[in-house]
Amino acid sequence: MFGDYSIGDLGAILAMQGFAGLILFSVYVLMALGLAIIFGQMGVINMAHGEFMILGAYVTWMTASFVEAYVPSIFGGYFFIAMILAFIASGSLGMLVEWTLIRHLYKRPLDTLLATWGLSLILQQAYRSIFGAREVGVELPQWMLGSKQITDSIEVPINGIFVMCLTVLITVAVAYIMFRSRWGRQVRAVVQNRVMAGAVGINTEKVDRYTFGLGCGIAGIAGSAFTMIGSTGPTAGQLYIVDTFLVVVFGGAASLLGTIASAFTISQAQSTMEFFMSGSMAKVLTLLAIVAILMMRPQGLFALKVRK
Amino acid sequence: MSDETKQGLKSPLRRKLLAGMAALPAISLFPRSTWADVPATSVVNTTGLAVTDTEVTIGILHSVTGTMAISETGSVEAEKLAIEQINAAGGVLGRKIKFIQEDGASDWPTFAEKAKKLLVNDKCASVMGCWTSASRKAVLPVFEQYNGMLYYPTFYEGLEQSKNVIYTGQEATQQIIAGLDWVNKTKGAKTFYLLGSDYIWPRTSNKIARKHIEGHLKDAKVVGEEYFPLGSTQFNSVINKIKLTKPDVIYAIIVGGSNVAFYKQLKAAGIDLSKQTLLTISVTEDEIDGIGGENIAGAYACMKYFQSLDNPNNKAFVAAFKKIWGEKTVIGDVTQAAYLGPWLWKLTVEKANSFDIDKIAAASPGVEFKGAPEGYVRIHENHHLWSKTRVGRAKIDGQYELIYETADLVEPDPFPKGYQ
Repeated sequence: MFGDYSIGDLGAILAMQGFAGLILFSVYVLMALGLAIIFGQMGVINMAHGEFMILGAYVTWMTASFVEAYVPSIFGGYFFIAMILAFIASGSLGMLVEWTLIRHLYKRPLDTLLATWGLSLILQQAYRSIFGAREVGVELPQWMLGSKQITDSIEVPINGIFVMCLTVLITVAVAYIMFRSRWGRQVRAVVQNRVMAGAVGINTEKVDRYTFGLGCGIAGIAGSAFTMIGSTGPTAGQLYIVDTFLVVVFGGAASLLGTIASAFTISQAQSTMEFFMSGSMAKVLTLLAIVAILMMRPQGLFALKVRK
Repeated sequence: MSDETKQGLKSPLRRKLLAGMAALPAISLFPRSTWADVPATSVVNTTGLAVTDTEVTIGILHSVTGTMAISETGSVEAEKLAIEQINAAGGVLGRKIKFIQEDGASDWPTFAEKAKKLLVNDKCASVMGCWTSASRKAVLPVFEQYNGMLYYPTFYEGLEQSKNVIYTGQEATQQIIAGLDWVNKTKGAKTFYLLGSDYIWPRTSNKIARKHIEGHLKDAKVVGEEYFPLGSTQFNSVINKIKLTKPDVIYAIIVGGSNVAFYKQLKAAGIDLSKQTLLTISVTEDEIDGIGGENIAGAYACMKYFQSLDNPNNKAFVAAFKKIWGEKTVIGDVTQAAYLGPWLWKLTVEKANSFDIDKIAAASPGVEFKGAPEGYVRIHENHHLWSKTRVGRAKIDGQYELIYETADLVEPDPFPKGYQ
């Protein structure tokens, strides 16, 4: 397959392919971060994660339509407003869900799976009734389209660069919140020992609610960003949920670093194999490799060392 | 103001009285004249279908919830429009059409169950429905066992023919061969990269495309063939491969949400569809709505119908469709094919002078519909439609511009020899 190409051509393809892997990596991290917080820190199996993402996508779509109709002068920058609104919308819905549904189920983690799955069906049908069954097209400002020419033969998509920057930003922010802020310390305390944390005066219920809200809010931002590369429809969230769980479980449920490492491994494996074989085969082999590794290391790549 | 209100209260009563009086002479005339055109129910319905002297019941069976709702909504809208128009024009054999709508919920066993309900409990005289091949395969045994009649709107992979189904969309060869010939002749295309979502329709279609490219086009070859799981949203790797192999034509049969991801990423990767030829058979105006016209402008699609077709039938159809379903709705190939279903059924019933399924099945071949938005169509002996193949080019506003159409109707060939 490489016989007819010059070294320069191959180099360029290799560079672009490496970049494709990095974009996929950013996408995986972005979609998994919210779930890593909810599943990893709180132990809630949130099957409605994809629907929180799509809420963010719909908010972006509404913002785009609104800005285009009323204040077209700021259309170039509407995406940033949309992401903030998406965070607020998904985060608020998340807190509402936590308050009405999830908090009653903390002692029964497996039941959260059923409850959130039901929630995902309800949300899907709600989107369908409100926004219609058809997909909506989110219009992007001109500067986000197309690709950037780096050398004569190397081009990288601008929206890919955008997703990468966003991912770095959000990862840093989450790491700061979880490991440097007072609130993050409370979250970790609650995760490690709920009773003790309550005894030293932490309002555990409040911590739970905000943690869940934060996870959902990040999902909203991810959904907002994915309008650039994917579709926005009532069931589009389902496209992400399997990959998201894969990344989080493979990385070791309670570790944010693990999530990042696993996103990197899976995305690189996936995109390299996709280059050499067909998309379906690449997916099969990736899944097989993950199953094999999880059989040897059931706790995932990184596991918190806790006394049992 | 008060005067007007009073009048408003009074006038309905007066209108009723007047209407009643006006109807008096009509009542004495009406029954006899209608009885003359309307054949007795006992004659036209010998198998116990839901047909009365004034009404006939048919079923609509599509998904309005679940994944497939996105595609099937347009079909439901088109079928309801056709039924409304037929009723306004006097119905079928003097009987108004009443429909019972069931939701297949994007779930194939549900489709089978609902089909059975429509045939066994409701005794529907025909059913307009299904969209995916999987749902059609699920209901086929039901229709054959209980002897029902299904009008199926979607373009599909072929390899099927049943007495109990009329296929109003194209089978694969009708959609593929003329398009490939066109791109080979006018663009001088020699190398093709085949892409598809990983299920039966894209795989069968690409198989036919490959056979045609390798066997019938001079010096042409396939330089790549790839499939992606349904719902796949990452296409950067394959886009790099396309950049490496530089095919003359990207031949894409990607469906659903993947479509949106594919075209957005293609554009982002700097592949300019005004220079790179891309031919698809899976993107109708409906899908462009989600993809965004700016992401797909310049691509070619091979269909039998485009909303922009310039003929009087289509203009009337588009206007009527927008009138009831809103100015913003778009009409894709399958939506138009769904619109043909009720009309073809009406014409067949009137040709057979009977609602009996066996008589309709036998009378179907040769039934012509001159009012079709796509132009004239005719039912073939194999229960598929003779129809034209057309190539359109996507514009930034989400519509297709007609570039090419076959001179004659293309014969449907669900079991193409040499292509399997």
